Amino acid sequence: MSTKLLLAILLAITAVAFALGRMRALSLSGGKLSTLHSRPNYYGAYVALVSFLPPLLLVAVWLTVSPFNVNSAVRDSFPDSVKAQSSAQQSLAFGMVSTLAQGLPMLSEDELASIKQDPARLQPVFAGKGLAIAAEAQPYMLDSAATLNAMRQRSQLALVTVAIALAIAGAFVGLRTVAPQLRARNKVERVILGSLVVASSIAILTTVGIVASMLSESLRFFSVVPASEFFFGTVWDPRFAGAGASSAGQFGLIPLLAGTLYIGLVAMLVAVPVGLFAAIHMAEYATPRMRAIAKPLLEVLAGIPTIVYGFFALVTVGPFLRDISASLNGLATGNYTSFIQAQSVLTAGIVMGIMLIPYVSSLSDDIITAVPRALRDGSLGLGATRSETIKRVILPAALPGIVGALLMTASRAIGETMIVVLAAGVAARMQLNPFEPMTTVTVKIVNQLTGDLEFTSPQTLVAFALGITLFCITLALNIYALYIVRKYREQYE
Amino acid sequence: MNIMTEAAAEAALEKKMNTVPLKMVGKDVSVYYGEKRALFDVNLDVRENTVTALIGPSGCGKSTFLRTLNRMNDTIGGCRITGTITLDGEDIYDPSIDVVELRARVGMVFQKPNPFPKSIYENVAYGPRIHGLARNKADLDVLVEQSLQRAGLWNEVKDRLHESGTGLSGGQQQRLCIARAVAVSPEVILMDEPCSALDPIATAKVEELIYELRSNFTIVIVTHSMQQAARVSQRTAMFHLGNLVEENDTDKMFTNPDDQRTQDYIMGRFG
Repeated sequence: MSTKLLLAILLAITAVAFALGRMRALSLSGGKLSTLHSRPNYYGAYVALVSFLPPLLLVAVWLTVSPFNVNSAVRDSFPDSVKAQSSAQQSLAFGMVSTLAQGLPMLSEDELASIKQDPARLQPVFAGKGLAIAAEAQPYMLDSAATLNAMRQRSQLALVTVAIALAIAGAFVGLRTVAPQLRARNKVERVILGSLVVASSIAILTTVGIVASMLSESLRFFSVVPASEFFFGTVWDPRFAGAGASSAGQFGLIPLLAGTLYIGLVAMLVAVPVGLFAAIHMAEYATPRMRAIAKPLLEVLAGIPTIVYGFFALVTVGPFLRDISASLNGLATGNYTSFIQAQSVLTAGIVMGIMLIPYVSSLSDDIITAVPRALRDGSLGLGATRSETIKRVILPAALPGIVGALLMTASRAIGETMIVVLAAGVAARMQLNPFEPMTTVTVKIVNQLTGDLEFTSPQTLVAFALGITLFCITLALNIYALYIVRKYREQYE
Repeated sequence: MNIMTEAAAEAALEKKMNTVPLKMVGKDVSVYYGEKRALFDVNLDVRENTVTALIGPSGCGKSTFLRTLNRMNDTIGGCRITGTITLDGEDIYDPSIDVVELRARVGMVFQKPNPFPKSIYENVAYGPRIHGLARNKADLDVLVEQSLQRAGLWNEVKDRLHESGTGLSGGQQQRLCIARAVAVSPEVILMDEPCSALDPIATAKVEELIYELRSNFTIVIVTHSMQQAARVSQRTAMFHLGNLVEENDTDKMFTNPDDQRTQDYIMGRFG
């Protein structure tokens, strides 16, 4: 019986438990609902929870633990010659056994018999069932596979029996405890609170897990390449992953960081003024009708996948800048060569800036409209014009929020990848000319992790070091944003 | 005989009041919020250097009328005004009138104290800076001090002018808002229930202040408190359901009103 079916049965029992609990509460009340501590539905929910939660927990624990048990039992059944091998080879053997175990139930009696006589026939027979067996299977593997299947089945059966028994027992216990004085509502709500806590801790635990995994890989990288070479190196030349440990290459972070910050800066130079002015117009000047049309349109920009912006940069903005620079150069000097390359910091920055406009404008718009009307009225009542009111009262009051929004936007700019790949190229260079290509940290992470690679060479491990550096930068930006918001909020409210 | 003297005294008083020049004149003022009509042909005069109180039950249109006097209703979408309102004989709804200049002449203090999130000094200096009323820093300092003194706040804040205005108590904040309005040297100050968010002690201080400000400014005040209207105002106008019910000298209004509805409202029979 599959786990899905088991869950369906448990849910059915739960539904019945709910109905029974509700009915019992109703019959106990004797028609006078006010004698009950809680509404009948809460009694139903209480009984349902008592019957559902214990088996659910059991299933979760069982499914985590039982594979370990079964696997180690099967490994124990391997012949001693196999046990003597290295753990990697044992794992390989176990992998084959579990593939065989998958295939065994599909075989007919005849096929099974023929395989038992001639292990060489195993490969073609399994291939016919759509399962690829890598190497020559040993005869003992078939036995182990059979054991594995049997143990799995037994485990599953035991789980189903125990879980259903637990559910029914829970339902009975729940029903027995239903009484007018039972504080079913409080108990049910405590369970709801518990599930809320679980939900929020999942997000936190995931973050911790991501950081931990990045950290461990980065530490492995730093055991090969010294941290000082990584953080202060000015040359990015990782060579190929397959070239061997002797030619490890150079992993200088500085050119990538410079590219990231440079492109981010250009993007912010485009996005901040345009986005902020758009927000001021939307919040203070636009008529409700204009706002109703323009605001969603502006926010459509935020929904465009960044790779599409990348196309836009590649086929439109880049060539346009190149051609216009050629014309300008021609007008000025008579020499029609372009001084802006099609792939350049400028192209990436402009297109990324366009991508960021809706973030800036939407966040700032919310913040500006949140400034109390009383402040506006106070300023207008003193004979200030609208623009004076915005400049001197509304923007200062909204400033902490706006700065926070801008820093959040900046961390998006730093994390952006696809636009940079297409608009600024992948060349890690250290220079200051915005008309030439540069590249960013994220692009190099993608670069180092694409293709056929093993996760032991510094060429791939460097991606984790880059990742954790980026993570630290954006984290610092966000913390700084929070700090600014807090500091000014105290002063202003 | 006694009655005769009273009538004579009343006539004399009326004559005296009638000689006070009119600062603002509202003629057939109606206000619509979208489809809803909030004011019905209100005719109300505001006399110079006088405190005029607007009273009436909630939603009667008194605040709406107040806000027509410096066109603050313009900032509300879907608001339409008919009739004329003049300030020193000039129609303030004339297209040639600059609403910004009008609001500098007709200042406003709001129901809830709304100091800007700036220092006390900057709050008061805000208006003069915008209108260029001070030639230099020294001028501005003087102006700020004068305004705070007029608002009776100087002694309480003179040592902390550069602390945030939002850190003051509610009553102090409201007096700061009055100082801020006074600093622009308006001719008329509109007050929309200026004491409704204050405790009795702070209220007493603000009322005292209003009484004193009368000598330099024309004041129109909306209030829910009969006692407040009686204490601070010389003229009172009673609104009900968007209509002006009665306008009279405050003394007469609270002792011997002409209209039965005024009598009922003052006695607390409705509203």
